Order: sequence, then structure tokens, then C-alpha cells
Amino acid sequence: MGKWTRRAFISSGIIAGGTLAVGVAIRPGDRSGKVADLIAADGAAVFDVWLKLAPDNTVTAIIPHAEMGQGVHTSLAMMLADELDANWDEVRMQEAPAHKEYANYAMAKGYALGDADFPAFLVDTVDGVFLTATRMMGLQITGGSTSVKTTGQQAMRVAGAATRSMLLQAAAEEWQVAVSELSASSGRIEHPASHRSAPFAAFAERAASLPEPAKPRLKTSSEFTIMGTSPARLDVPAKVDGSASFGIDVRLPGMKFAAVKAAPVFGARIANVRNESVQNMPGVRRIVNLGDAVAVVADSYWQAEQALARLTVSYTESGNERINQSDIFNQFTADLDKAVAEQAFETDVKAGDAAAAFTAGERIIEAEYRVPYLAHATMEPMNCTAWMRDGRCELWTGTQNPLGFALEVAKALDIDADDVTLHNQYLGGGFGRRAFPDYAIQAARIARESAYPVQLIWSRAEDTRHDHYRQANISRFRAAINADGMPLAWENSYVDKHDPAEATHIPYGIDHQLIRYTSSQSHVPWGFWRSVDHSLHAFFTESFIDELAIAAGADPYTYRRQLLANNPRFRDVLDLAAEKSDWQRPLPENFGRGIAIHRSFGTIVAQVLEVEIVAGKLIARRAVCAVDAGYAVHPDGMKAQMESGIIYGLTAALYGEISIRDGAVQQSNFHDYPMLRMSEAPEIETHIINSGESMGGAGEPGTPAIAPALTNAIFDATGTRIRELPVQRHDLSKPDLKARDVV
Amino acid sequence: MLTLTINGEVHELDVDPATPLLWVIREQLALTGTKFGCGIAQCGACTVHLNGAPVRSCVTPVTVADQQKITTIEGLATNGEWHPLQQAWIDEQVPQCGYCQSGQIMSAAALLANNPNPSDNDIDQAMSGNVCRCGTYGRIRKGIKRAAATLAAGESSEPQDRSAGRGESRHG
Repeated sequence: MGKWTRRAFISSGIIAGGTLAVGVAIRPGDRSGKVADLIAADGAAVFDVWLKLAPDNTVTAIIPHAEMGQGVHTSLAMMLADELDANWDEVRMQEAPAHKEYANYAMAKGYALGDADFPAFLVDTVDGVFLTATRMMGLQITGGSTSVKTTGQQAMRVAGAATRSMLLQAAAEEWQVAVSELSASSGRIEHPASHRSAPFAAFAERAASLPEPAKPRLKTSSEFTIMGTSPARLDVPAKVDGSASFGIDVRLPGMKFAAVKAAPVFGARIANVRNESVQNMPGVRRIVNLGDAVAVVADSYWQAEQALARLTVSYTESGNERINQSDIFNQFTADLDKAVAEQAFETDVKAGDAAAAFTAGERIIEAEYRVPYLAHATMEPMNCTAWMRDGRCELWTGTQNPLGFALEVAKALDIDADDVTLHNQYLGGGFGRRAFPDYAIQAARIARESAYPVQLIWSRAEDTRHDHYRQANISRFRAAINADGMPLAWENSYVDKHDPAEATHIPYGIDHQLIRYTSSQSHVPWGFWRSVDHSLHAFFTESFIDELAIAAGADPYTYRRQLLANNPRFRDVLDLAAEKSDWQRPLPENFGRGIAIHRSFGTIVAQVLEVEIVAGKLIARRAVCAVDAGYAVHPDGMKAQMESGIIYGLTAALYGEISIRDGAVQQSNFHDYPMLRMSEAPEIETHIINSGESMGGAGEPGTPAIAPALTNAIFDATGTRIRELPVQRHDLSKPDLKARDVV
Repeated sequence: MLTLTINGEVHELDVDPATPLLWVIREQLALTGTKFGCGIAQCGACTVHLNGAPVRSCVTPVTVADQQKITTIEGLATNGEWHPLQQAWIDEQVPQCGYCQSGQIMSAAALLANNPNPSDNDIDQAMSGNVCRCGTYGRIRKGIKRAAATLAAGESSEPQDRSAGRGESRHG
């Protein structure tokens, strides 16, 4: 904690009404992956945060991230407020606007400061900040569990600390005392020696005239007063009385509703639409051919849906019409075989000499795993409201990527990005899906030819069949084992890598490692799905290590522990999960327990799951989760995210399967793409370690380990090793012996 | 012409009688707290009370509600005070994205109205028609038990003034 080495640009000033405004722009140290090509040069700013201190002493944090249930607004504001020593009850949050208003420096200044007439004295310092910000358009993304660890650590805390430092300096000048004699707490500055005390706002004007600190000192975790507590989330009250406005809840004057159906086969287009029976249906306004989809606009959504269902639509051939799911897995297998034969893999990890170790090992163990495509199935189906007036397009939707949406819509409409305004709404689930603008582009194209605003709503079937899917995959493993049953070499070969790059990495002390992949693409659109590649590779690696433990006749927990001897941070997390789950406690008949550990987005999570299986029916009874994210800013929020990640991952592991038939997705709704329900949800307890290491994310790391914890528990209960997800494909009722040597 | 009594208010409506109640509530009446999730009664996001009983409004033709009493999430609080479930939802910090929570609360309210002290099994039975993709099931269970305890205590444990709370958590 307290490390802050990156260069920040800090600027400040007084705006109308005596409000102090402080802005921080930082440039990222991380130039890998998606970010790299969007950063033009050194000095480019990627995240911007603003703080406003009003005359009534309220502090407003302007936050460039969307709230989708992960509590990000609260956590980020806590980080700023703590460094500022603000009174939490006086802290407000505001989501930064999308695109040009934010990225365009002039309008951004107007918005952020609540004052269109920008004071001249700020221009020199602030222009640089926002000019660099314009280079990162498209980067205002909520995803990758980055909000707290990046925006929070590098910008919110710095903004708070810089403001506090300036206020203290201003108070020292005002009261003619040394800064060292002053203290700040709960929104006030105190001078104990003279019993003077005044709210922050009393010093705002003088603070604005002071030079901004180049590198304000950040607190150590022992100094935190707000971070590490769990104040109530501010978005909760509106979510219990129906008043929270999601994208689908937007209501505009004269608004019409649209239903849409895209060509079922990915890549196909609309050949012909026969309208006759539909055009005169009640309420129907227009039928719009979007090229790869047909939409009906009507007075009510139900009318639009009814009419859409009665259209006769024919499609062009895309060449994908004969692809079935088995063809895709066969292709993966063939591509893996080919890469083996030609030694044509890309390398993830190469350590030691795996090939030599395989000849030296006592025994070689192999296994192959596979996972299906997965849809996101957010509770709120995709939707977007668009209104085209005077060449300008306004959008109302819930998105994880507001700037990217606005840019893509501008491109699709062939209008200037300045002419697109996006009003971000609450997201009824994101999980990665709401980073893709397909539905916003459709809405904008429908609205372009309409004299009224149009709300486009995808049916659940459309949402299921035109998602951007977590990839299906096959992953093969080989391990060379020594006489003690411990692995000498670890070889892993798989297809179709996305990111993060380190998803396949294992924490175990195995000297010889070769982890590699080959490309094998399908026609099925890919998308970020909660924890992205971690969601599959944790299942693969934590299943295989479990198989090695069983093959060695060892306890899966102690076997892992032994391999983590030189990795104490992982070992501590594993130990805590084992301890809190009473790992050694004998289980009742028909029960089994499994353990798994995985690091993603800088956070280490170990989970123990207990299952009961009676007559083939599985119930997940209890999940114990240990998590080390460095420091939990909002411990209850961290727990909520672990609970959420576990249920999301468990749902997928038990039931999740999107399959392709004749080029199209077979599933359509919750009856054939089932969801875990309350009666099937395990009791969950989460235990937090504040190790003080760099902060990691919370929104995604709860998901990866639960699938292998589940299948390892099924093995413990039944002796059946599940190597292909989802579990519902397998008959668990067979009285399988506890065959410990299945591998 | 249909007559619907929604949250105590009488509405005369001229709509296609086959229209599902959900869309009448959301579009004609602009009560958007009731959500669309699946359209086939598989997720419970659209749950409202029809004469006190929970129904999936996405598959309930509006004619079924003619001359009947409907309660939506907007009508659950009384006299400006939270229903004990709403207060419990805040106390337990139940919602995440929040989209399913109107339906969850309406299902739970119907449960408590008939069974003020539900067992875990009763809760499973009453709530398993409601899907939550954020996985808040554990907190929902706690929320129902907390609300049941509040009701049993015969008071609504320091009802929170709904106008209180700090300003915008979101839009500027």
C-alpha cells in the first residue's frame, strides 16, 4: 500500500459558486494487450478522475465506470474519501458521461466542473490533461476487474490525497500556523492547539490558488478510516422499490418499440422479407431490413414481437449452414493433432526441459478436457433506445463501454462522433456482454429512419442466439511423475487463446513446464465472459492437478500445498479455505468435497465445495471461499462479488452449454439454457486475507475456481471424473466405485 | 375497455385483450419496476400480485386482470414506509445489478403474506421460480428471514424514511 510511482497530472481551480475542483489524469504502466495500441505516446492519459468540493462541504467524485451491481461507485468513492479524510455522509458520486463530452476536452471541462464557462486560469493546466484524454477514446471500459485496482488505486486515491494536502496548506496559511500542527478528519480541519476547527469548504478558495502537489503521500492501510469498512451501497434503495432506471426502463415522448430477429446462422444475411400479412397488423409502424436482421417497429413491444413472428424471411447461404457442434470439436482435435505433428504451437510458458523430463519420469499421466460455448444470459435482455434528430443521435442504454458504443454507432451511421450522445443507464447484468455494441448499432440504424425515438428490445431467444460467446475449447495435459508421485513436468496444449495471457499459468513448483496453444477458430462470435479465459483454464489446470494428486494416492489439498512450498501467498489462501471448510472432517455418506485455487486479475481465490449426490441428483451444499485481493476496500462488497462469482461459475459448470446445429445456436431461453435457482444454491462463506500485496479485482476472480472445485467434489463423492462440462451431460447415478486409479 | 386496479388506482384501458399484463404495466401505465426477463414464465422478473397471489405477468393476458386488483413493486411500500422486505433487502445489501429484485421481492411478499414464518424449504419452494444471475440467493434468503422476524416482532423496526438517503448514486 502507499506505493504510487506513476506520473500523475493534477490540476485544480475554483469554479462558479466557490466550488473547488481537482482533476487527476494518470497514464498507465500496463501497456499490454488491448490498451497498448490505444496509447499514443508517453504522457498519454488513460484514466481521469474529478473531485468537486462544494461550499456546503459536499464532495462529489466523478467516476468513469458503469455500475452493474459490483458496487464500484461506492468502492471508488470510498478510496477518494479516505485519502481526503472526508465525511462519508458528505460524499456523492456521479458517473462520467460518455464519449465526446468526456473525451473532448472543452466539453469535458464543462461537464466535470458543472460550468460551461470554463475559468481561464485553469486552461493551461487542464487542457493538457484533457487533450491527452481524447487519445483514449473507446477506453472508458468497465471490465477486467480493473475499476478498483487501477482507477481507484492510481487516480481516486491520488485525487483525494492531493486535495487534502492543498486544503491543509491553505488552512495553515489562513490560520498562520504550521501544517504539521493541523489535522484533517471527517471533512474538517482542526488546529488542536488553538481549538480551531473549520470545514474543508472554508479553505477551498485559498487551496485553489496553491500549487498542486506533484506526488501526494498516500495512506498506509493502518491509516485507513473509510477503506476496509462496508458502508451501505448507494444504489440499493432504488433497486428495492422499482425506481432504478435500467436501459429497458427509459421512456421518451412518442417512443415506439422494436423487436428484432437476426439471421439464425452467424454470417448469413436477409435474402427476402415478405411483409403482406404484417403491415396492417394493429400498431405496426415499420418493417426494417437491417441486412443481417429484420426489425419491426410498433406502438407496443408486444405488437412488434407478434408481427415479427409472422414475417416470412429467407436468408442467404453463409457457408456455415452445415456446421454442427461435433464438427467444431472435431476441428479442435484435428488442429491440436496437426500442431503436435508439425510442432507448430505458440508458446505460453516454457520452463526447464519438459521433453527430457518426460523420458526421466517414472510414470506419465494424460488427460483431455473440454468445455462448451457459454452465453451470458444477463437478466435484462439487450436493449437500446435511440433518437435521431437533426443529424444527431442520442442513445440510452446500459453499457460497459460507453465511449466505444458511441464511436461504433457514429461509424455505423456515418456521422461525426461529436453528434452521438450516450446516456448510460443501470445495467441489468453485464458479465462482459455489455461491452459489445451490436444492439446499440441496430437501435441507431432503426431510429435513423424514424421520426420518433425507438426502444429496441431483444427477446430472450435473440439474446441467447446472438450473444458473443465464451469459447468452446479442448485442452490436453501430460505430466511426468516421479517415484513419490510428484510432477516433474507439466505439458498443456489447447486451442483458441484469447486473454488474459496468464490464464493458463499454474502456481505450482513444477520445474519443467510447456504450455502452448494453436489457433482453431469457428464461426461463432467470441466475447468476454466473466473472467474470460480464466473461466476455462482454471477448470482444466485444477482438474488435472487433482488427477495427479489422486494418482499419487495423496490428499488433493496437501498435494497442492506441497507444490506451493515456495509460493506462500497462494499457500496461505489454500490453507485458509481448507481450514474454514474443515477439510479433514469426515463427510456424511453420499457427500464429496473438492478444492481448487486460481489467481485471476491479481486476486487469488481458493474454494472448497461440498456436494451431496443421491440417486444421480447433485446438490451443492456448501462453498467456502478464501480470497486475497491484496486489500479489500469494501469487505462486504468483496464477499458479495465472491458469492456472485461462485453462483455464476457453478451455474455454467452444472448446466451451461450453448451448442451449434446447422450453423446456429440451438438454445433459446431458460428452459433449455437453465439457470441455478435458489433451491440449488449452496451456502457460501467467504474469508478475506488482506495481504497488503498489490490490489486485485473482485468482480471476476470468484468465478474460475468453482468449476474444478465442483468436479473434484463429484470425483470425491462418486469416483467419476468429469472431464467435459457441463456436469448435466453426465449420468451421476451409476454406482461408480471409488476408483482411485482411473487415470 | 378494461378496468384494472393497480396499486389502488383504477385505470380504464383500451388495449388488445391478448396483450400480456407485463407490457400494459410497463408501457401503458409506465410502471417500469416490473421487468421483462424471458417472456415464458421461466425467470420471475415480471412477478406481480393478482389479488395477492404472485403471477408471472409476461404470460398473463391483461383480460385476466380485468376488474381485479394488481400490486406491483411500486405499490409495495405503504404510507411512505418500506415494506419489511424492502428494508431487509437494504439491511442485508441484497441487490447487485438489481434487475431481478422487483420480482424476487414480490414473490417473497406473497410468501410472507401467507406464511409469516417460512422454513428454508418453504423459501426454496416459493422462490425457485425467480432467477438471479448475480447470485444473490443467499442474501435473499437472509432478507426473507429478517423480514419475517420484523413482522413477528409486530413492528417495522425503525422504518426508514424513503426520502432520506444521499442524492445521486448515478446520473448527474
